[in-house]
Amino acid sequence: MTLGVIMLVHTGFDRAEQMVRHWSDAGCPVVVHVDSNVPKNAFDAFSSALGDVSNVRFCARRRCEWGTWGLVAASQEAATLLLDEFPEVAHAFLASGTCLPLRPIAELKRYLNAHPDTDFIESATTADVPWTVGGLDRERFTLRFPFAWKKHRRLFDGFVKLQQAVGLRRGVPDGIVPHMGSQWWCLTRQTLDAILQDPKRPVYDAYFRKVWIPDESYYQTLTRLHSRKVESKSLTLAKFDYQGKPHIFFDDHLELLSRSGSFVARKIWRDADLLYQTFPLRDDPARAWEEPNSSTVDRVFSRAVDRRTRGRPGLYMQSRYPSADRQNGIAAAPYAVLHGLDDVFTGFQAWLTKQTGAEVHGHLFARDHAHFADESEVYRGGLSDNARLRDYNGRMFLTNLIWNGRDQHHCFQFGPADSQDIRWTLAKDTNASIWVVSGAWAIPLFASGRSASEVRAEAARLQHIEDKFLKVLRSPDAHARIKIMTLAEFIEAPMDVLQTIIDEIAGHRGNAIKEVPQMPDLTGLPDFLQDLKNQGMHPFLTGDVTTGYSQQRAIPRKKPYVISGK
Amino acid sequence: MGIWTSYRLRWQRKRWRARALRKGRELKAVTDRTGQIAPDDILLFCTFRNEDVRLPFFFDYYRKLGINHFLMIDNGSEDAGRAFAMQQPDVSVWSTDAPYGEARYGVDWLTYLQGKYADGHWALTVDVDEFFVYPFCDTRPIRALADWLDASEVRSFGAMLLDMYPKGPVGQTSYTRGNDPFETASWFDPGNYVMSQNKLLKNLWIQGGPRARSFFASKPKQAPALNKIPFVKWRKPYAYVSSTHMMLPRGLNLVYDQQGGEKTSGILLHAKFLNTFGDRATEEAQRGEHYQKGREYQTYAERHGADPDLWCQWSEQYINWRQLEVLGLMSKGNWA
Repeated sequence: MTLGVIMLVHTGFDRAEQMVRHWSDAGCPVVVHVDSNVPKNAFDAFSSALGDVSNVRFCARRRCEWGTWGLVAASQEAATLLLDEFPEVAHAFLASGTCLPLRPIAELKRYLNAHPDTDFIESATTADVPWTVGGLDRERFTLRFPFAWKKHRRLFDGFVKLQQAVGLRRGVPDGIVPHMGSQWWCLTRQTLDAILQDPKRPVYDAYFRKVWIPDESYYQTLTRLHSRKVESKSLTLAKFDYQGKPHIFFDDHLELLSRSGSFVARKIWRDADLLYQTFPLRDDPARAWEEPNSSTVDRVFSRAVDRRTRGRPGLYMQSRYPSADRQNGIAAAPYAVLHGLDDVFTGFQAWLTKQTGAEVHGHLFARDHAHFADESEVYRGGLSDNARLRDYNGRMFLTNLIWNGRDQHHCFQFGPADSQDIRWTLAKDTNASIWVVSGAWAIPLFASGRSASEVRAEAARLQHIEDKFLKVLRSPDAHARIKIMTLAEFIEAPMDVLQTIIDEIAGHRGNAIKEVPQMPDLTGLPDFLQDLKNQGMHPFLTGDVTTGYSQQRAIPRKKPYVISGK
Repeated sequence: MGIWTSYRLRWQRKRWRARALRKGRELKAVTDRTGQIAPDDILLFCTFRNEDVRLPFFFDYYRKLGINHFLMIDNGSEDAGRAFAMQQPDVSVWSTDAPYGEARYGVDWLTYLQGKYADGHWALTVDVDEFFVYPFCDTRPIRALADWLDASEVRSFGAMLLDMYPKGPVGQTSYTRGNDPFETASWFDPGNYVMSQNKLLKNLWIQGGPRARSFFASKPKQAPALNKIPFVKWRKPYAYVSSTHMMLPRGLNLVYDQQGGEKTSGILLHAKFLNTFGDRATEEAQRGEHYQKGREYQTYAERHGADPDLWCQWSEQYINWRQLEVLGLMSKGNWA
């Protein structure tokens, strides 16, 4: 008993000839189907080149257009001829001209001899299989597809929509349950013969003629009727991209392919000389009984699909530019925006760095220049501190900063004196945590020692800008994690808030606050604010500051425990 | 897209094509080997002027990549560059002394030749100082990329321009004919590029890098565009609109994904900043034939006496395409 091969060829005849010789040299009879689209001289050259091979036959030619019945008709044609001409054939293997045997064909034959009654064909019901292009899975079998998807895309789509709208359906013939799977199979003579000789074949053929991509469902469905034992897997390693197009193997896949243990792989690039020289591998008794294992290949190609469909979050570059409403996070990693805190505490930036080990920047969006954590002129990735360059595209300044340093947690100070164009970006970014102490600008004004009448205009300006920012943060489109406190609320219990901020930034590495940041003496602040009011400038964002605050000590940290929500 | 926009862009494209036909008359074929071009050959189109010192490495580099035929336009070179190009067996040369600026910085001439020779071919359009890098370019020839793009039904391929520079003043490097320019100009800015979308033509407009950082910080809008679409399966009606930055029909400009995924893309390594740069900047600033009357070159000449040091502590040294991929400057996309 032996293995017979059905080979579908439409291009790349030199490689196809090479493949036919591999199979026939190993004692496998081959029936070749050449697309009727191929010009006569090309076909003649191909068939005469194979004239010296005795166990090769050419079957009647059909037009094979992708996704149409022609491919099934071609394989039926070839299978019939194979079974008639070569009675010794026990298994039939469907291959194409770009299918390259990786392991010695003798090993494949031995493998099949060990499984004489098994049909190797990937076959799953449509309900269970998500891999389909264009969202058609179940509907492949219940709608009609008279138009070619590749050539008449509009007609195809239009007719599908029409049928969906009208509710036009057609019934599946009795006795069959639609199954789908890889079009590359290896069936036993008995099953294949039963499919081809089935008295109801005209009914099935008429039905599948109008199914979309019937070569992925005809044998997959009918095998289920006749097979004694179905092993639902393909012996051909074939990977598909997210659009259902086959991945191509190149010379640098050599290592990957030889480790896969697969018997046959497709598609091989026509100029991948190294692969064509190397495979099929020589006999190796150590490997002879190894089961194919393509998990590494699967991983490589599913990563590619992932990259193509999801990409790297937070990266904006020449071939990834997600539109604003197509994403959750804007930046690549979580970061914290600290609004007003450095007005309340002197040396806050240095203190926070020490407490958390995070990358704590100054005012990144200051009007004079960007104040990076290290106060350098150029920061990671080559970001310039120039304010005009930064403000030219503030959003990408921020996304670049976070992308370049996404191994660290970034924090930066923000305030009403800064360039404000960035506020919507911050508010919408789910990666941002924004901590606002509103009215904190009052403290530096107070500490400056100038009188309320002198700073009145400045205070009004800052309050106006800050109020706009708060409105943005309170809008329904703001998706950042936002915590807004008035100055009055904050100075009542600053340590609790600071501890929360530190815990969030440093995560499990956060320590209890040992050292308290310096706060200026605020005795007299209430009077200062009252003076502002008296001047007609109502500092409503500060809250009701009644007592001057003087230095508070760190609170000893208790052991954390969870309070049940019940 | 609205019928009006569609109509307007169609006429714009036709206007560029008509203009190219007119400007094409300025070209004189000096060495015409286009008869050698086979049906699926990959072609390279390039305009040059006084580039004798760069041409040997340029041809070497692109031959190794697998370019089958070079179509070169010599714009009034005064050095031995033209003669050198003419000696190459796989090069066809046209020559013109007409002003570069009036041919839309050479684009009209290139469009003319592309319309005539590139129909149905993959065409790479680059300058003499631009070196194309794409995923797997160290193991797969450009033919593999073309075949894969064909199989994926992709018509155009983006490659951002990446300015390469030496460590230390540019004028102190010494580039000699035939050498790899990236042995000295091996540094680049890894993460300071900004982009926005051109609403009409749909292309991304990318700026940034060392030039924006050092020369254009106070006038960022004028910083040079870095977005490029150099590799295209050419069809007669196609036309580049401005250098190779954008094209018509505008569907060709969608070399990026808008749903969050990454399309496959490459890089054009830009070997501009070598010791040849200083003289060039002065000369081009006077000639005023370049984009915006060579304003870019004037800025260089003013700023640093044309001997800038672009290196900074965050500069990255070039290793290979995988490094550029990891940094997020280019992407393998779906190609594995």
